[in-house]
Amino acid sequence: MLDLTYTAPKPKVIAGAKHDWELVIGMEIHAQVSSNAKLFSGASTQVGAEPNSNVAFVDAAMPGMLPVINEFCIEQAVRSGLGLKAQINLVSAFDRKNYFYPDLPQGYQISQLYHPIVGEGEVLVELAPGVARRVRIERIHLEQDAGKSIHDMDPTMSFVDFNRTGVALMEIVSRPDIRGPEEAAAYVSKLRQILRYLGTCDGDMQHGNLRADVNVSVCKPGQYEKYQETQDFSHLGTRCEIKNMNSLRFIQAAIDYEARRQIAIIEDGGSVMQETRLYDPDKGETRSMRSKEEAHDYRYFPCPDLLPLEIEQAWVDQIAATMPELPDAKKARFMGDFGLTDYDANVLTAEVDSAAFFEAVAQGRDGKIAANWVINELFGRLNKEGRAIADSPVSAAQLGGMLDLLAKGEITGKMAKDLFEILWTEGGDPAEQAAKHGMKAVTDTGAIEKALDELIAANPDQVEKAKVNAKLAGWFTGQVLKATGGKANPAVVNAMVAQKLGL
Amino acid sequence: MSIDIDTARKVAKLARIRVEEAALPELARELSGILGFMEQLNEVNVEGVEPMTSVTPMRLKRRADVVTDGNIQAQVLKNAPDAREGFFAVPKVVE
Repeated sequence: MLDLTYTAPKPKVIAGAKHDWELVIGMEIHAQVSSNAKLFSGASTQVGAEPNSNVAFVDAAMPGMLPVINEFCIEQAVRSGLGLKAQINLVSAFDRKNYFYPDLPQGYQISQLYHPIVGEGEVLVELAPGVARRVRIERIHLEQDAGKSIHDMDPTMSFVDFNRTGVALMEIVSRPDIRGPEEAAAYVSKLRQILRYLGTCDGDMQHGNLRADVNVSVCKPGQYEKYQETQDFSHLGTRCEIKNMNSLRFIQAAIDYEARRQIAIIEDGGSVMQETRLYDPDKGETRSMRSKEEAHDYRYFPCPDLLPLEIEQAWVDQIAATMPELPDAKKARFMGDFGLTDYDANVLTAEVDSAAFFEAVAQGRDGKIAANWVINELFGRLNKEGRAIADSPVSAAQLGGMLDLLAKGEITGKMAKDLFEILWTEGGDPAEQAAKHGMKAVTDTGAIEKALDELIAANPDQVEKAKVNAKLAGWFTGQVLKATGGKANPAVVNAMVAQKLGL
Repeated sequence: MSIDIDTARKVAKLARIRVEEAALPELARELSGILGFMEQLNEVNVEGVEPMTSVTPMRLKRRADVVTDGNIQAQVLKNAPDAREGFFAVPKVVE
């Protein structure tokens, strides 16, 4: 397999009044586990249900109800940990994070502060061919999601729906290794891609199934390197946390705004206050969530309702044995085995379904040609019609069959595009459809030669011109293709023109 | 460690429990008493002793990922002081 090596990108620099500033970013990603039932109850996780219908008494925090953990959710946390090359903790435990809010009926969130199920890992975040940031993962812990408040249904009341209350989340915490807005967005994309490959989270950001809290601080150049050497945070600036971002575009805009806000404060002689902020996409700015400040005293303590979570190494090994090939490995394999460019390999491995489709087409065929057809023709057409690869009217077998006809010279490139269109709209077997629509490349050089000879005899002026300027020989190729109704192979005609004209 | 009146007031507020100002000194005294007892326990040398999490050796009970509960909206909302259109209705909380 191809061994890809990367160099680290340059951090984003913002010019200040006196000197440059660098950004330091750490992220907490909340990824909803793709389970049927909630983390500690048997209620459904389905979205779009009647309000408060996917709620068990446990979720509503009725007195005396006890949580019982969903084993599938534990497995997904372990699987995600393995996917991030992380340490799996065979013993972890649950704690209560206490705060008061109407969407939190228990008055506490069950989380894992002191003993998370997954420890240190790593994500490789590619930013350009050969350029990538290694972002260290500090931990992944399992926790409950909160409910949802709706504020615009009544002028004086807020309406609360507990359907999401108690749904399992994996909180994936990074180290402050991200150095700019683009890197932050690329990190979220990469994490999302890995989780989707693993099938542990569907990554649907629009519905909030993947959302990010972003910690941003600024520092003078050189300070970050001191932090990396010592892991001592005092070398870095005071951070602010921007909560609940579920759009890659907004994440970038919020980081940029927040960094400039902090720089302005410091350059004005002030100091940044550590606080929680919210991004307002309409105004394009962040603002303080003052009400959250006092609640920050979470009074964590071990949850007395739950024993420590002990898992067996054999079970972890069993999960490890069923891991799919992950994006980095797949990309390297596609580049090595099929000779794809970095760009094409990225496009084809973005989604696991696309990668599988491409592989089925490319198997035993020319990988680059297969990649061109899948990316340019198939993806182009799917995008235009807003379809997913799973709903592609042209199957991998059909596209492969068409590429075989093309490779054998039985159809020309132009015919292949027409045939693709026919397969898309009518379906059918590529060879049969080609025959039915009279698509047959003229491979008989006699016919091509005859047409060319006639042309040369009838156009002595063009012959002279072509001999002076070889580029004009293309005229003959064009005329022969026209004369043969586009059925001749352009490469064969080109060669013959060059030979006949003695070019 | 002892709990002073300010700390007692703050803890009550965080827990959203109304405690009248006059009751705070007594509450602080009681909480301090509890913590005092804990401190007494802390004097015991437990080095090398695993924390006990259960009286009998038990493994955390697990459930399968199957929907077995829910669809009891009426019961869930039954004790709510105010519920409308399937939602709990609470005094407006806007960030």
